[in-house]
Amino acid sequence: MQVNDTNKEFRPLIVAFCCNWCSYAGADLAGSSRLSYPADVKIIRVPCSCRVNPMFILRAFQRGADGVIIAGCHPGDCHYTSGNYFARRRMTLLFSMLDYLGIERERTRVEWISAAEGAKFSATMNEFAETISRLGENRRLEDLRCKE
Amino acid sequence: MQRIGVFVCWCGSNIAGTVDVEKVASSVAGEPGVVFTTNYQYMCSEGGQGMIRRAIKEHGLTGIVVCSCSPRMHEATFRKTAQAAGLNPYMVEIANIREQCSWIHKDKDEGTEKAVILAKAAIAKLNLNKPLTAGESNVTKRALVIGGGIAGIQTALDIADAGYEVDIVEKSPTIGGRMAQLDKTFPTLDCAACILTPKMVDAAASDKINLYTYSEVEAVSGFVGNFKVKIKKKPRYVNSELCSGCGVCTEKCPSRKAPNEFNMGLNNRGAIYIPFAQAIPNVPVIDPEQCIKLKTGKCGLCEKNCTAKAIDFTQKEEIIEREYGAIVAATGYRPISLENFDEFGYAHNKDVITSLELERLMNAAGPTKGVLLRPSDGEHPHEIVFIQCVGSRDTSGCGKPYCSKICCMYTAKHAMMIRDKYPDTKVHVFYIDVRTPGKNFDEFYRRAVEEYGVDYIKGMVGKVAEKDGKLLVQGSDLISNEQVHIEADLVVLAAAIEPDPSVRNIATMLTASIDTNNFLTEAHPKLRPVESPTAGVFLSGVCQGPKDIPETVAQASAAAAKVIGLLSKDKLTGNPCVAHSDELLCNGCSQCACVCPYGAIDYIDKEVNDHGKREVRRIASVNEAVCQGCGACTVTCPSGAMDLKGFTTRQIMAEVDAICR
Ligand SMILES: Cc1cc2nc3c(=O)[nH]c(=O)nc-3n(C[C@H](O)[C@H](O)[C@H](O)COP(=O)(O)OP(=O)(O)OC[C@H]3O[C@@H](n4cnc5c(N)ncnc54)[C@H](O)[C@@H]3O)c2cc1C
Ligand code: SF4
Ligand code: SF4
Repeated sequence: MQVNDTNKEFRPLIVAFCCNWCSYAGADLAGSSRLSYPADVKIIRVPCSCRVNPMFILRAFQRGADGVIIAGCHPGDCHYTSGNYFARRRMTLLFSMLDYLGIERERTRVEWISAAEGAKFSATMNEFAETISRLGENRRLEDLRCKE
Repeated sequence: MQRIGVFVCWCGSNIAGTVDVEKVASSVAGEPGVVFTTNYQYMCSEGGQGMIRRAIKEHGLTGIVVCSCSPRMHEATFRKTAQAAGLNPYMVEIANIREQCSWIHKDKDEGTEKAVILAKAAIAKLNLNKPLTAGESNVTKRALVIGGGIAGIQTALDIADAGYEVDIVEKSPTIGGRMAQLDKTFPTLDCAACILTPKMVDAAASDKINLYTYSEVEAVSGFVGNFKVKIKKKPRYVNSELCSGCGVCTEKCPSRKAPNEFNMGLNNRGAIYIPFAQAIPNVPVIDPEQCIKLKTGKCGLCEKNCTAKAIDFTQKEEIIEREYGAIVAATGYRPISLENFDEFGYAHNKDVITSLELERLMNAAGPTKGVLLRPSDGEHPHEIVFIQCVGSRDTSGCGKPYCSKICCMYTAKHAMMIRDKYPDTKVHVFYIDVRTPGKNFDEFYRRAVEEYGVDYIKGMVGKVAEKDGKLLVQGSDLISNEQVHIEADLVVLAAAIEPDPSVRNIATMLTASIDTNNFLTEAHPKLRPVESPTAGVFLSGVCQGPKDIPETVAQASAAAAKVIGLLSKDKLTGNPCVAHSDELLCNGCSQCACVCPYGAIDYIDKEVNDHGKREVRRIASVNEAVCQGCGACTVTCPSGAMDLKGFTTRQIMAEVDAICR
C-alpha cells in the first residue's frame, strides 16, 4: 500500500495488464529500445486482453492501485482473432460502472499496442502515469477493503 | 506448501547495472514458500542452468522463479532446465526485470524496488502453480496450399518431393499466377513461360499433388496437425474427365464481350474460355455471367460442337471436406487500382497502360502476338515514357506507403526489351530512386542506361494530357532542375502491387494476422519469416510482402521445409495452458461456447458427485487440443466455473495483490 507521506512526492501505483502477443511484446521492445517510463507501472502478463476479468481491476483498486490499464492487440490483429473485441466491450461496461462508483474515468484505460510499437508503449505509459499523478491517490475502493 | 527457489540474473551489467541483484535476492527470501535465493551473472548460461538444476535437487525445490530477461526470451530455456532436474516445466515463473525494469529505469533504488515487487508477484503466482501436462495430438500427413502461383507451385512440388500429399486450391481456372502473364524475366531475360510451364506440368503430373482449380477455401477449423477445410469447387460446366482440351468450343462461342483477364482486359474472350494455351488443367470454363445458354436457355453452340460430349450445363457447385496437417498461404498480389491517379489519365486514355498490360503487349501469345502496338490505333509507338513508383512509397494516402520492390527492375527490363526490339524507339523513365539491390541487379540497370541508351530522368510527372493523338507528359528533372515536356505515343505506369484482396478473408479463416497493408504477417520478422503466428500456417510468396520471382521461390521452398518438418512428426505436443470448467460450478448455460473463437467448447451430460449428491448434469467440456488458451470463456462464465490453467483467476489475483501490497 502507498503511504501518504506528505514529505514524499506522490508516486502512483499503476497496474498494466498486457496481452502476451502484442502489448507485452511491445513493452519488451520499449525495453530493448531503452524507452523509459515510470517505475510505478507494473506489468502483469495475460494471454489475451480478453483474459482480464473485471474482478482483477476491482481487486487492484481495492488494494490501493491508483490506475489500471489494459493493453491488447489492435482491433483485427488479436492473436485469437476476437479477444480484444470482448475486452473492449467488457471494459466499456466496467468503466462506466466505476465512473458511477466515483472512480474517475481517467484512472482506467484500454489501449491497443502492437509488438512493433515500443515507442507507443512507452509514450502511453508516460502519459497515463502523468494523468494518474495529477489525479492523486485513489482511496475510493480502498475504504471498502475487507480483511482476510 | 511449495518449496520455491529464486534465481536472480545479472545479465552481465544489463540487469546488475541498474538493479541491486543481491538486494533483490535477499528481499524476497522471506516470501511465502521461498526456501532458497541466489544470484548469478548469466542464469541462461550452462553455468547458471547447472546452478538451478543443483539447487532444485539439493533443496528439494517444487518450483523456481527466475528474475531475468523477458519470458518471451528464455521461459522455454528455464522450463527445460527445470524439467532436466525432475520438475514439471510449468512450475517455473519468470520475473521480467530486464526489458520491463533495468533497461528502462536509470535510478538504481527505483529499479531495485520495482524488481523486488516483480519478483514477489512471480512468487505469489508460483505458489498457486500446479504441474501441467500437455496433451498429444496426431498429425494428418497432408498439406494444403492456397494459391497456385509460382509460390504455391514451388511449395507443393517440394512437399510432394519429400513424399507427402499436398493439395493446391487455386481460385482461377488455371495454376500459374501472375508469372504466367509475364513475357521475359529479369535479371536474365529468360522467358517466363519457358521456366514456369514445366513446373506447372510437374505439379499436374505428380501423384502426390492434387489440384483444385477454380476452387476456393470456404471454411477452416481445427488446429495445427489437424485442420479441417471446406473447399468450394465452382462449376466449370465442362466435364474435366471427358474434355480433350481441343478448344473447338472456345472458337464457336458467340458471346465475345467479356474482358480477357489474362490479357489484362486488352482484348475480349468468349463465355467459354481457356485462360491461356498452356493452362493447367487444359480444360475450358464457362463464365455463367456471359454464357447465353445459362442466362437465357438458348445457344448451346459449344455443346453441339464438342465431340467429346464434355459440356455439362447441369454441373453444380461442390463442397469438398478434407483434413490437413499444415496450411500454406500463397495468395499473391494484384496491381493496385489507379483511380486515385487521375493526373496520369489512365482511366480515359487507352495509350496510358500499366506495366502488366505492357507484359501482355510484348508477349508472343498476347493480344498483339508480341508486336508492340498502341492500344488506341494499333500503331507502333516511337516515343515511350515510363513512370515508376505509381502509388508506391506514397504517403499522401492515395497509394501505398511501401516500396513495391519489383518495379525498378521490371521497368529497366521493359525499357531494354523495347530498345532491343525497336532500336528507333525513344524510351524515357521517370524515377524517384532506382533501387536495385539484388544479385546482378545493378549491372542489369546499368546496361539499360549505358548499353541501351534509356533516358533516365530523376523526377516526378505532374500530368499526362492528350494532345493531337499524342500524350503530353509534363514532368520535372530534379538534377538539371528543369521542366520536361515529352510528346509520347505510349505511357507505361509501374503501378504498385497489393495483396490479393481475398487474403483478408483467408487470414480470418486461418486466424493468421495481416499488417496495415494487408500483407500476411510472419511469426517473427527476422527469425521466423515463413511461419505465420498461428501454428501450422505458413507463408509463401508475395502474400507476405513484395518480392520478385527468385525471392518468391526461395521463400516457397523455405515454407515447404517447415511443412515437411511438421508433417514428419507423428505426434504434436499441445499447449497445456488451456481452459477447464469446474463440473460442480458449471450450470451448462452455454455462454462460454458463444465466445470461444475456436469452437473448443462442447456440452456433455455427465454424472457429477455434488457433495454426496449424484446427478447427471449438462456441463461444459473443453477440447484441450482445440483450445488455444485465450481465456475469453473464463471471463464470460457467470458461475465462475471456467478457468484457464497457467493463468488461473487466483494466480492473476495473487499477482495483483503482490503488486498492490
Ligand atoms: C509487370 C510485372 C513484371 C514483373 N516482372 C518480373 C520479372 O521480370 N522477374 C521477376 O523475378 N519477377 C517479376 N515480377 C514479379 C512476379 O510477378 C512475382 O514475384 C510472382 O508472380 C509472385 O508469385 P506468387 O505466387 O507469390 O503470386 P501470384 O503470381 O500472384 O500467384 C498467386 C496465385 O494465388 C491465387 N489466389 C489468390 N487468392 C486466392 C484465394 N483466396 N484462393 C485460391 N487461390 C488464390 C491467384 O489466382 C494466383 O494464381 C513482375 C511483376 C509485375 C507486376
Ligand atoms: S480459453 Fe479461449 S480457446 Fe480455450 S476454450 Fe476458452 S475461449 Fe476457447
Ligand atoms: S459459461 Fe460457465 S457455466 Fe456456462 S456453460 Fe460455460 S463453463 Fe458452464
